[in-house]
Amino acid sequence: MLYGYAGKILTINLNTGKASADHIPEDLARDYLGGRGFVARLLYDRLDPGTDPLGPENIIVVATGPLSGHLLPGSGKTHFGALSPATGGYGDSNLGGHFGPTLKYAGYDCMIIEGKADQLSTIIIDNETVKIVPDQGLKGKGAIEAEQELKERLGEDYQLLTIGPAGENKVAFACISHDFGRQAGRTGVAAVLGSKNIKAVAVRGTKKIPVFDAKRAQEKGEEMYKVCFGKPGFKTWTPFGTASITDWANEVGAFPTRNFQTSYAEFHEKINGQAIVDRLLVTDKGCFGCPTPCGKYGHTTTALGSAYVEGPEYESIATLGGSCCLEEIEEVAYANYVCDQLGIDTISAGVVVSFAMECFEKGVISAEEVGREISFGSLEDTVYLLEKIAAREGIGDVLAEGVKQAAAIFGDGSESYAIHVKGLEWSGYECRNAPGMMLSYMTADVGAHHNRSWALGYDVSQSDADVSELIEAGTGGKLEISTPDGKVDHVISMQHSRPLFDALGICRLQSMEIGFETFHYEEVFELITGRRLSWQEMLAISERIWQLTRQFNVKHIEGFGRDWDYPPRRFMEEPVPSGPNEGRYISKEILDKMLDEYYEKRGWDKNGIPKPQTLARFGLD
Amino acid sequence: MKLTVKEERCSGCNVCRVVCALHNAGAVQPSQALLKIKGEFPDPGTYKIAYCNQCGICADSCPEDAILERDGEYNIDYELCTQCLICIDSCPFDVMVVTESEYPAKCTGCGKCVELCPRQAVLADQG
Repeated sequence: MLYGYAGKILTINLNTGKASADHIPEDLARDYLGGRGFVARLLYDRLDPGTDPLGPENIIVVATGPLSGHLLPGSGKTHFGALSPATGGYGDSNLGGHFGPTLKYAGYDCMIIEGKADQLSTIIIDNETVKIVPDQGLKGKGAIEAEQELKERLGEDYQLLTIGPAGENKVAFACISHDFGRQAGRTGVAAVLGSKNIKAVAVRGTKKIPVFDAKRAQEKGEEMYKVCFGKPGFKTWTPFGTASITDWANEVGAFPTRNFQTSYAEFHEKINGQAIVDRLLVTDKGCFGCPTPCGKYGHTTTALGSAYVEGPEYESIATLGGSCCLEEIEEVAYANYVCDQLGIDTISAGVVVSFAMECFEKGVISAEEVGREISFGSLEDTVYLLEKIAAREGIGDVLAEGVKQAAAIFGDGSESYAIHVKGLEWSGYECRNAPGMMLSYMTADVGAHHNRSWALGYDVSQSDADVSELIEAGTGGKLEISTPDGKVDHVISMQHSRPLFDALGICRLQSMEIGFETFHYEEVFELITGRRLSWQEMLAISERIWQLTRQFNVKHIEGFGRDWDYPPRRFMEEPVPSGPNEGRYISKEILDKMLDEYYEKRGWDKNGIPKPQTLARFGLD
Repeated sequence: MKLTVKEERCSGCNVCRVVCALHNAGAVQPSQALLKIKGEFPDPGTYKIAYCNQCGICADSCPEDAILERDGEYNIDYELCTQCLICIDSCPFDVMVVTESEYPAKCTGCGKCVELCPRQAVLADQG
């Protein structure tokens, strides 16, 4: 028996309308743990080169980890993956909330959705019973609106995934929504769900998950919570959640502003965590098992209307607030709400909209093409563009493909400031004085996303301080030039440690933000699964997954290699014009040296392709 | 221990339910928890906590007098219980459950939910 796991993979074939449940292969659990590991391995095995990301042959894998749903801090994570319509390569994203644990209580660690339904439908899972129900009435409904309607129809016990109009219209950065404000935002997984005619997935689960030593696992779980309660960051970080970092990101000149033209926003104190608490907050909203809830559920009122909305999280503050220059927290929150209803990832949305604003400012696109004049700082223009994107109307149809594709169409030098890697828009950290963070973005398997390695703290402090300690310490007004020395090793190390949480099915924030020690996870993992693995041994599994996702990109992206690992030219050629990092940038020459060292340490060739002996070393040959 | 709540502190994390089921049913199975959290979203954005306040209505409903009061807490005497499950439906807060072995279960006042609630939203009623 696989202790800790629910034990089954549920496969739902939309072509036949049938579902089947199979045992989790023991070698899959042994070699890939779960979550991101299951997603990566199953996608790699099941998808052939040449697969159309939006065709019925693409699959969606939804996977929990061995620790999901158990008694320990942050055990509510669920991972989603598919061949990405944003990058054409490996795509994954995760969310918290309550879906994954409930899927496990229904008896499934993992769900594979394949084929295509002949009309818009909802998948309803009630323990062993799986139904695919045509649901045309939900067509065009907002993601939050659809969740509310389904919750009323099915009952409180059901946990839901929904997509908005953007997912139905296959926008490359459409997100999966859950629990009225949590999203699997990145890489366009909702566009894949939309391409399969699935508007929602509902699950109810009432069963138990087998535990190797339930009594001691309970004792250990209780101890873990109590250790969390005692961390200094528990009290200082929790009140503001991820928005805690807004002021610090400005202090260190890493806050994307005006489509990443600069890295400091004068108005940052109007859109920081304190502004959320003072002006928006209704309640803290936690994911399953979470002692330190990031979710700041609030209510906003603007000239365009009022809305309840979860967040904004830091990333939304950075991209909608900083990059689009929305200078008031109410406006950031409202744009966040519009994204949530339309079912658009706030990170990509902010980067795409601010890219369009800069293109307009530079005369690359005209008022006629856009349908109106647009400018940074306008909530009305931001919402106008978001709605055009979700509906794929006019300019929105071009922007719906993301900045890489849009720049290829707009031309006129706009690719220099199309802020992405591999076709995925850059998240909320500007890096022209952060070589480690820059390399993190360049080499992340999904494209420019921060959750694989967040090396910014190390760039600034040269230490492994957790985020609450970094904020507490500040810079004292001194911000030296950050050199590449030692950064490659640090990035590689983080690319194993952070994604390991995604394979275990738990949240990394207790560890990364308030310094919760990793040995606790070793102990609870053994008590829950009966399998003894040191953290180092788990990191080795995470490294295997990293090699696999790189090889996935080699397999699926024609001509994939080094050229796919560069940031936009802006970051290599334009000095930062203002703020703490004024005058700084990182040349291509420096980045090439870092890439050479990175590839060598990874066991990849000069073009960034894993060598045969490297693949053999990880059992991937 | 008799419970009380401060719903405005609740963040909906469900730690109380996980530890309740683990402690009282011996399983990672929150459907067996003896309290419930309901999120009211998107509007007004609040959590409601259903919990046993030891009102004793279950005891009044029991035809076998198998639910006994002691120091303000009601507990099921499983020697007397005939598994009629009338008490389940009588609970005004819907926080009793049927166990795997088809017996009723109710809050035992163990206090595990109070001990682990990260938000101090579930508390011991000091009277």
